[in-house]
Amino acid sequence: MAEQKIYLLEGEHFAVKIHEYQAKDILARYGIPVQPGKVASTPEEAEAIARELNGPVVVKAQVYVGGRGKAGGVKFGHTPEEAREAAAKILGMDIKGLTVEKVLVTKMVDIQEEYYLGIIIDRKSQAPVVMVSKAGGMDIEEVAATSPEKIIKEPIDMRWGLRPFEARDILSRAGLPSNVIAKGGVILTALARAFIESDANTAEINPLVLTRDGQVQAADAKIVIDDNGLYRQKEYATWAEPEESNPLEFRAKQEGLTYVKLDGNVGIIGNGAGLVMTTLDMVARSGGKPANFLDIGGGAKADVMEKALRFVASDPDVVGILVNIFGGITRGEEVAKGVIQAQAHLPKGMPIVVRLSGTGADEGKALLKDAGLEWGQDMREGALKIVSAINALS
Amino acid sequence: MSILLDKNTRVIVTGITGREGKYHTRNMLNAGTNVVGGVTPGKGGQVVEGLPVFDTVAEAIAATSANASCIFVPPAGAADSIMECANAGIKLIVCITENIPVIDMTRAMLVVHEHGATLIGPNCPGMCTPGLGKIGIIPYQIFQPGPVGFISRSGTATYEVVSLLTGAGIGQSTCIGIGGDPIIGSTFADYLEQFESDPQTKVVVMCGEIGGSDEEDAAEYIKTSMHKPVVAFISGRTAPAGKRMGHAGAIISGNTGTAQGKVDALQAAGVPVAETIFEIPGLVEEALAKLS
Repeated sequence: MAEQKIYLLEGEHFAVKIHEYQAKDILARYGIPVQPGKVASTPEEAEAIARELNGPVVVKAQVYVGGRGKAGGVKFGHTPEEAREAAAKILGMDIKGLTVEKVLVTKMVDIQEEYYLGIIIDRKSQAPVVMVSKAGGMDIEEVAATSPEKIIKEPIDMRWGLRPFEARDILSRAGLPSNVIAKGGVILTALARAFIESDANTAEINPLVLTRDGQVQAADAKIVIDDNGLYRQKEYATWAEPEESNPLEFRAKQEGLTYVKLDGNVGIIGNGAGLVMTTLDMVARSGGKPANFLDIGGGAKADVMEKALRFVASDPDVVGILVNIFGGITRGEEVAKGVIQAQAHLPKGMPIVVRLSGTGADEGKALLKDAGLEWGQDMREGALKIVSAINALS
Repeated sequence: MSILLDKNTRVIVTGITGREGKYHTRNMLNAGTNVVGGVTPGKGGQVVEGLPVFDTVAEAIAATSANASCIFVPPAGAADSIMECANAGIKLIVCITENIPVIDMTRAMLVVHEHGATLIGPNCPGMCTPGLGKIGIIPYQIFQPGPVGFISRSGTATYEVVSLLTGAGIGQSTCIGIGGDPIIGSTFADYLEQFESDPQTKVVVMCGEIGGSDEEDAAEYIKTSMHKPVVAFISGRTAPAGKRMGHAGAIISGNTGTAQGKVDALQAAGVPVAETIFEIPGLVEEALAKLS
């Protein structure tokens, strides 16, 4: 097998993230040993769970970002009272812009060694790729950057899934000790099954721990679900939460808009991802700063156009909007109608430039002209017009 | 001459009885494509746009000798349709469908490779050869026959650039939209190789975007094996890292997939990279002038 280049972050962003406790729930369903524990939303609940676990516990913030430990989101409780105090400190904490609303309280284990097990979708091998490293408990991207030789990678043959002998072979090549190979092989095989059957595009156990009493278990877990698979992952679909730290992106998702918030002030709407990206670049080259990416997709009718315009205009950073449409399945007159419908709902004096070409462009332009709206001949002219209109405002 | 499509190409449309399938079947027929039938399970015996509908791809091939297909099946069944086509012996498969679960594509690619089929897409506009026809949803009227081979990861951005070329009096040999997903059936390098040996194609234009490393692989191929001139454009120069820009595959992951990395790789391979799409016709004219 030739050396494969691995993109560690692949997949995390076209997907639904779920919490550690939910990921562990999935792992447990596949028979993977996880530390016993429960989720708490109040310090009192955390105390009760610690009492039930009958021993020292770890209290961990449940947020969708890495580096929780460094941010103070992981604390120990040697007594139930200490667990309550730890939970009181962590709940409500802000970690990388996300507020902690839940903590996971798990039994503290006596760790002898830590390992990394992960599976991602790899573009090059067009398959899920297993990654295993002895350097567990660390940020795997850091390991990949500093000592890539410590990570063993192997694509899964999707005809079979990962077979137990292959799993053991990968663990052995990664240098895991003999007393972990058998149990670890079962765990890695199960992780691969969980990955494939859950429509995951990332599944990680980091760390997988070997305890002093010889147990092998998942101490932390992360699973990201491919949102294109959610139609058949009905339970996991209900686990989706406002993962984006940006409220506009979350609202856009709820309204079915393909939207990305950016840091400028020119609102951008277009049809087709490539065209919208090209429009952003063109506005930037014309001296403007795009405030967002919004793709209305193919075949959009007037009401979609209206919704998109009103949505972009609702961003307080936006001072003007460029609409760039190359008509094909999307018709120019529908776009123009949508713009005109939206007009009454937009902030007074906000410049709007519409550029239409392709199917229905002439009809659309006639409608816009009657409504007294600006339009650009091509993308470049549209970009220059919106930038100069915005500059004229200040 | 052309790549992929010729006068012996006989196309079936899977998902032909759906709204999109029907509409684009008519457009393909209008473009002169030899569409010979369609497939929708449970609707065998029906007629759409004057074409026979079959329950399975195997039946359609037996009755029509089809050798190419265009897939409009919704996401839940699209990968299965790709596998059905490859398994039944279709050699050129174009999959338009967007939002196919990525794990389904990992399985579909195995079957595509096993049967030696070519897959364009998924999540793509398809391909066209001006003067001969098209498979997919590309607006045929903006093309004219000529010397430019065209490969792109997007749909509407492709139409934009093709319109500029046609407007400048530069025609195209074959145009392929390879698709915006992380796992796609064929890449820039696959078609660069085919254009290299196509006598009609004099210059190749490739429009890439952020995400993955297909453009870098293309640069490597150009450097080592390509003699015809290539002109490139990369979109997403202003895209922030870690954000998916509409296409599932258009995302910068860490240091991988940046526009600058792709521009640098292409320039290092001697490929002029247009700063904006408006520079593309000029760069193509320069390349053509050098040839004559």
